[in-house]
Amino acid sequence: MDAATQPQSTTLTRALHDQFVALLGPDQVRPTTPSDAVSAVQPQLVLEPVNEQQLADALRIANEGGLAVILRGGGTKLGWGNPTARADLILSTSRLNRVLEHAWADLTVTVEAGCTVQALQQTLAQHGQRLAIDPLWPEKATVGGILSTNDSGALRLRFGALRDLIIGVTIALPDGTLASSGGKVVKNVAGYDLPKLVTGALGTLGVITRAVFRLHPLPRKTCSFSIAVSNPDEAQKSVLAIQDSKLAHVALQSHFSVESTPTVDILFEGTEAGLDAQAAHLRSLCQSAKISDAPMSVWSARQYFWSFSDSAETVIAKISILPADLARTIELIRRSADSSHLHWQSLMYATGLGWLLLEGSADNFHGALTSLRSELEKMGGSLAVLYRPSNMPEFDAWGSPGNSLLLMKAVKSRLDPSHTLNPGRFLGGL
Amino acid sequence: MNPSLLTQFRSIVGDRGLISSPEELHTYECDGLTNFRVLPCAVLLPTSTEQVQAIVRVCHRERIPFVARGSGTGLSGGALPVENGIVLSLARMNRILEVDIPNARVVVEPGVINLDVTVRVQRQEYFYAPDPSSQSVCSIGGNVAENSGGAHCLKYGFTTTHVLGLEVVLPDGSLVHLGGKTLDTPGYDLAGVFVGSEGTLGVATRIILRIVKRPECIRTLLAAFPSTNEAGAAVSGIIAAGMLPAAMEMMDNLAIQAAEAAVHANYPDCGGLLLVELDGPVAEVEALMTHVDEICRSNGAREIRVAQSETERALVWKGRKAAFAAVGRISPNYIVQDGVIPRTALPQVMSEIERLSKENGLRVANVFHAGDGNLHPLVLYDRRISGQEEAALALSFKILELCIVAGGSITGEHGVGEEKKSMMAKMFAEPDLATMQRVRCAFDPLQLANPTKVFPTPRLCGEKPGEYVLHPLETAGLAERF
Repeated sequence: MDAATQPQSTTLTRALHDQFVALLGPDQVRPTTPSDAVSAVQPQLVLEPVNEQQLADALRIANEGGLAVILRGGGTKLGWGNPTARADLILSTSRLNRVLEHAWADLTVTVEAGCTVQALQQTLAQHGQRLAIDPLWPEKATVGGILSTNDSGALRLRFGALRDLIIGVTIALPDGTLASSGGKVVKNVAGYDLPKLVTGALGTLGVITRAVFRLHPLPRKTCSFSIAVSNPDEAQKSVLAIQDSKLAHVALQSHFSVESTPTVDILFEGTEAGLDAQAAHLRSLCQSAKISDAPMSVWSARQYFWSFSDSAETVIAKISILPADLARTIELIRRSADSSHLHWQSLMYATGLGWLLLEGSADNFHGALTSLRSELEKMGGSLAVLYRPSNMPEFDAWGSPGNSLLLMKAVKSRLDPSHTLNPGRFLGGL
Repeated sequence: MNPSLLTQFRSIVGDRGLISSPEELHTYECDGLTNFRVLPCAVLLPTSTEQVQAIVRVCHRERIPFVARGSGTGLSGGALPVENGIVLSLARMNRILEVDIPNARVVVEPGVINLDVTVRVQRQEYFYAPDPSSQSVCSIGGNVAENSGGAHCLKYGFTTTHVLGLEVVLPDGSLVHLGGKTLDTPGYDLAGVFVGSEGTLGVATRIILRIVKRPECIRTLLAAFPSTNEAGAAVSGIIAAGMLPAAMEMMDNLAIQAAEAAVHANYPDCGGLLLVELDGPVAEVEALMTHVDEICRSNGAREIRVAQSETERALVWKGRKAAFAAVGRISPNYIVQDGVIPRTALPQVMSEIERLSKENGLRVANVFHAGDGNLHPLVLYDRRISGQEEAALALSFKILELCIVAGGSITGEHGVGEEKKSMMAKMFAEPDLATMQRVRCAFDPLQLANPTKVFPTPRLCGEKPGEYVLHPLETAGLAERF
């Protein structure tokens, strides 16, 4: 990348460097390597605080020094959003990784932001419990990272999104404030719901240092089925019929691609007797359709989207529509992809959220994404680009902000007035 | 109030939409918490979003504080008028605007009654899940302000889980749309912040709700225990067995007596009554019900009944939902609190409440959402006896302190409002409250929306929060700052 297009980097003075070392100790301040680059700019230092107070103090020093701070958990989704405008420091939560309290009898857990999802789930499983989410790359992704990116998968249909599971949060603000909101009990309406404010804020309002979640029991038994359908209209009919039925499924998704007919997958959890009855009910509901047992691996389908072979010829987007617009959306995807000579596949959940994979020449993405986003926004939906090749023409990751952007900017300027945190990555330059 | 302002308000809402005579204003001097009363300068009853905007613009220009009000059933004084302010009643904005069954969405105005949403979609076998005990009279707008819960939020979640989008008139009169009919609209989850903000961030004028399909079957079990301790142990046993009932409710002996006196729910006379409701597919529910039955028996349940019909089930719930009002049968006055504790702290907190009750010579009836640890202690007293009201209030606050010490919260569903704002400083540290206030200042820099509620001390919103450092990019004209 040449100097003219490279994001600006403030010179990190020796004095600031020494302040970080004095605060954190020499082992927790290290120079970056090329592998620490964020949207092609290499920040100068990585800071790895070991406790919340250290993190808040380091953030305050960076903010006072006018540095741009990139937040990093497992580093799996640093490319989500727009390329950062500036990047001086990486503030890593990797050493804030403890499960602080698993109150299993109360079905809650308090965990530090840098704990990986997998490590958390292993702790919870010792008492037969789980955080009922299925994020991407759980072995690497951290609690803080999935919260900041609002990552959710198929289980959201039954258990809700992270916003519905988080009950308490502690955040560090750029001025060094450490503030908590919510609490350790599931039911709590005292004060503003800041856990929801920072969930999905892409780290642009504060640094999540710990979170408290409500938990669910691990399922006694699970079973999955795939339903073969002949076209998107039939897929939509099946999905809506299942949603309108008395089945107690926990996940429901449909796959579409240019080369094969759609399939609909459904997941049940429960007791053995309960699952048998549900399977029978499903068969009677979808009489003409072909139903087969499905492996649990179908529920990792969206992660396969990310195992693409050519990073220069791939786009991955998250789309959101109304559930009853499913067939129409697939038709719009097909039309946009065809007219730009792109190969496509899509995975849509019954919640109306879904994933789109486009493959082809980088020059062709812009037109397809622009027309598809515009059509989806007309239907009240949205399209966010999560991965795109670096050689693709500039394209805003988020789309239309609606009429609340000024209010969002007001919130941002109250919490991070100097735009210290992840500058430029979020909607409308937030 | 200045007559020219009244004329302005009248020109917005018409004669029928303005109340300014002192006799009529008394209706609005309090909400469900009657020990605080303030007479508003005027009450306005707009019928459209445009009227709400016009009223709020006048308030903004003239610096008049306003308090939005739904049905006035709140129990924390959230809709208590503020001195020299107006009340904005949303009662006439009560249309259900859209019912979208395939997408399971209903769009309503704020004055729509909670239960009416369910009534509207019950033919298609859907329901609106949040079910506060006042659901036959409370409004959706009020539910949004308070993030109302109810017995079934253990499984189905609170109001915030079921509100997907909002049209909001901000305190400067501008209109914004937060969230939407689809999920994950781009940007901050400001709908999530607005729900439960107790009217301090603006006025919701349109609300997009999610509705839920009725489960195949519902089974309700009543188990009678010698005391709430055994009932509490059964609740823990049910959770430990990996079950998530639709509801788990508990009542102590005094609450049972009250409910019996009021609605003859035919509850067994015992020290601790547990109500467990499971819902879902028949085969699943029946398998789990057998298990619940075993857990209750092994924890000392003397009597177990399963409601055999919808009528029996309705009666069981009627007793529970009428419990607050029923206490009026056994005591001239009472204060209801809304603390939350981690479920495991129940035996210890109950014995502390009992000790406080004896020490103060005041009876305390207990009704709780046992599944989520939400206590509703009812402190009984007689206003006619000098000093008793003060003693009862003090006792109810001591119970909230017990909740905080146990790691819980001062309110699970009623809100902080006027009543508990002093307790906020005990539950949260100063930086926590200051951070919430910064969010408030982003929405309402002049602090006109329900200004005296929720926070213990008012705080002025500086226009330039924090230290403002000009970035080199700005000086170079390469970036804009907002």
